[in-house]
Amino acid sequence: MDNRQKEINNLKDYKYGFSTDIENIQAPKGLNEDVIKFISNIKKEPAWMLEFRLKAFERFKVLKEPDWQKPKFPKIDYQDLYYYSAPKSMKDKPKSLDELDPKLLETYKKLGIPLQEQARLNGIAVDAVFDSVSVATTFKDELTKQGIIFCPISEAIQNHPELVKKYLGSVIPTSDHFFATLNSAVFTDGSFVYIPEGVRCPMELSTYFRINASNTGQFERTLIIADKGSYVSYLEGCTAPMRDENQLHAANVELIALDDAEIKYSTVQNWYPGDQDGKGGIYNFVTKRGLCKGKNSKISWTQVETGSAITWKYPSCILKGDNSVGEFYSIAITNNHQKADTGTKMIHLGKNTKSKIISKGISAGCSDMTYRGLVDISSKAKNSTNYTQCDSLLMGNKCGAHTVPYIKNKNSESNIAHEATTSKISEEQLHYCQQRGLNPEEAVGLIVNGFCKEVLQQLPMEFAVEAQKLVGISLEGSVG
Amino acid sequence: MKEQLQKDFDNSIKNLSLSQKDIEIKKFCLDNFINKGFPNKKEEDWKFSDLNQIIKNNIGELSFYNDQTSTNKVDTSVFVDGLEHNKIVFINGRIEKIDFEYEKKDQIEIIDQSETINEFKNSNSLSDLNNAFTNKCFKILVKKGYQLVKPLIIYHTTNSKIWSKNINLRLNFELDKDSSLRLIDLFNDTSEKNFLNIFYNFELKENAVLKNYKVDKFENKNIKYSFNNIDQDKNSISETFILSSGSNFSKNEINCNLNGVYASAFVNGVFSLNNRKHHEIRSIINHLTENTKSYQLIKSVLEQSSKAVYQGKIFVNSDAQKTDGYQLSKAILLNKESEFNAKPELEIYADDVKCSHGSASGSLNEDSIFYLMSRGLSYQQSRELLINGFLLDVVEKITDSEIKNLIKNMIGIKE
Repeated sequence: MDNRQKEINNLKDYKYGFSTDIENIQAPKGLNEDVIKFISNIKKEPAWMLEFRLKAFERFKVLKEPDWQKPKFPKIDYQDLYYYSAPKSMKDKPKSLDELDPKLLETYKKLGIPLQEQARLNGIAVDAVFDSVSVATTFKDELTKQGIIFCPISEAIQNHPELVKKYLGSVIPTSDHFFATLNSAVFTDGSFVYIPEGVRCPMELSTYFRINASNTGQFERTLIIADKGSYVSYLEGCTAPMRDENQLHAANVELIALDDAEIKYSTVQNWYPGDQDGKGGIYNFVTKRGLCKGKNSKISWTQVETGSAITWKYPSCILKGDNSVGEFYSIAITNNHQKADTGTKMIHLGKNTKSKIISKGISAGCSDMTYRGLVDISSKAKNSTNYTQCDSLLMGNKCGAHTVPYIKNKNSESNIAHEATTSKISEEQLHYCQQRGLNPEEAVGLIVNGFCKEVLQQLPMEFAVEAQKLVGISLEGSVG
Repeated sequence: MKEQLQKDFDNSIKNLSLSQKDIEIKKFCLDNFINKGFPNKKEEDWKFSDLNQIIKNNIGELSFYNDQTSTNKVDTSVFVDGLEHNKIVFINGRIEKIDFEYEKKDQIEIIDQSETINEFKNSNSLSDLNNAFTNKCFKILVKKGYQLVKPLIIYHTTNSKIWSKNINLRLNFELDKDSSLRLIDLFNDTSEKNFLNIFYNFELKENAVLKNYKVDKFENKNIKYSFNNIDQDKNSISETFILSSGSNFSKNEINCNLNGVYASAFVNGVFSLNNRKHHEIRSIINHLTENTKSYQLIKSVLEQSSKAVYQGKIFVNSDAQKTDGYQLSKAILLNKESEFNAKPELEIYADDVKCSHGSASGSLNEDSIFYLMSRGLSYQQSRELLINGFLLDVVEKITDSEIKNLIKNMIGIKE
């Protein structure tokens, strides 16, 4: 088979495998103070922001890349990456959707999010991120009426510096771990959400991430603040065009819930997982952390992880406020040579705090899936409870499924319960489905969807449908 | 510590008649230990129990040389009454007595292996320390088809005449085809603040049955580390019961390799802790071939600022189809300051397996106490009854009724 034919075949395999040809502005390759100043400058950032970045970079210089995780990867040369690239046509921001680069709009169409239509019909405000820069924000007016701020973070830095200054880095400080610190130093864009006191956000807020330019690490930074008594549901979905080289993605997501506030954060992640031999694919090293700062606050993470060559993330909740609640629902599916090391951390600090963890892992092919989680109940977190359930499903004997929970209980009035099982799809179930006319692949799809149902139910409607399809697609070719 | 180690090492070598090669191996192990030092919390396996720190805080500087030329007086009062048994007596780390009075002499062989040091396979720095300083090493071989009539009790005794701060012990057991052994380890310490480093190696051939009961019941201020390596062949069974209670710090490690089909391993443990004690059980069950089974049950009752840690790992190789692995740990925290940490881990590479684990920790169930009190029991009585029942569950798992009763009496659990 010649190369061209191979490429076409690869494209066929990956539904979202295409890239759009747009000239990019790029920062010079490599990571140093000049590049950080370049990014800060091009974003027209105030001095305190540059200081924040440089402080993070100082810290980054002394940190070492962690190596305790299960999926090992070839060493990344951080000097060989581009830390900033933006579509050229973005230099002067368009005022409305109609002014957008038609090529950009085309890309979204292929992704299944025609902006105008989706905005109008679904009532979803979309802050589409294309190669690290937000290009269009819809429904702004409607949200503005309620006092909700939903904009790219670079805009928020300029227009709402007091909020950003107060909360940015308050959950993931500049002195955090390797990848989080890297992000703090070089993040280019992401979303900023602020829900004012007592407001229930009338629609699901959503961002589609897209990695486009080759050799560009994506460093998104998302900051969501829910003020007292407010509610917001945020969706994040990702697809990426195929690349032969591994691409690094190290995003930071910070959530802050004040008194009585609730944040629901849902993710469907379907980045390029590499081809069938495990070549290429995205490295997804994301830091997601939520802080239940106020009393009675709640943060809920839901994730469906089907893509990426390596997924390495632990969406966490710090339950600081009394009576606060943290939830984590996860489906992680790995196929071929994918590797996932994911889970959550629930850190109970306040009294009467509750947390719930439901994790479903499915591994097929030659893949490896690890649930790694921490439940830590401090001595002051009286009357706290945690319930953890992590189930794994194995398909074939070349894959692995691992569970590594860390459970720490320092409070005699608190209860922790943890359960985990590992099994395969039983012959009886398969037989039953096939007997009723389903082919083996459909049967597996059905059973797996049932296995995941507890988590899928947590997703908002629009996502649930997409996710359910994704579960089926991800497991294609793993049976028989 | 380095100079002390070197000095004590030279002293202990002097008294042994070892070949040049053996000395070389010992030297190598010593250097390894000097390089690594005691395990600390930066190592994943010691995350919850920083031995380096614990030794520093409790003992301070260690010394390692034990003069074993003179014999110790065997104190017969520590022997268990009412149960006929064979004995091995260690006093201050020196083996004083090996007595298989109830058994056929030709069926049990005691082999002195002191001159051929065999290192441990999965080694941490403590195995290096052990390799470097053990000076007598016996292997007990139970011959083909022989089942010991009476249990064997190994008495680990320390007293004030102890020579140094550190004792290293090593015993090897081989159970040939169709043989069986019941083994009780009984700790009786009157020495203060010593570090005991104990390594056992068990080799179970086809159909062999090993029952090992480790009883650390009596209050003492020592720090103990015990490592059991068990290699199991086809159809063999190993049962390990650990009562972890008396020492100031104790860590029991069980490493079990299920090499043969239908081999099974059982690990049961009870933590009953008070008074700032810090105990840990770490088990690694390696399912290496198909149709193997493992079962683990660990229960803890934690009082007065005590801390218990359970790290259990079930590893299933890709060849080990039809594995059945189960693991459960439960803890009752009775005091505000007490702490329970668990890391129940599954690492699975085969698909046709049934593996699960559960872990729960919390306070005594107030509803149950209310129920009992409404029936006329006092709060204290209800509490005791509940704890009794909670622990009885594990003790009932002991398959040997004679020893079960002995252990029940020892820890005062009523039926």
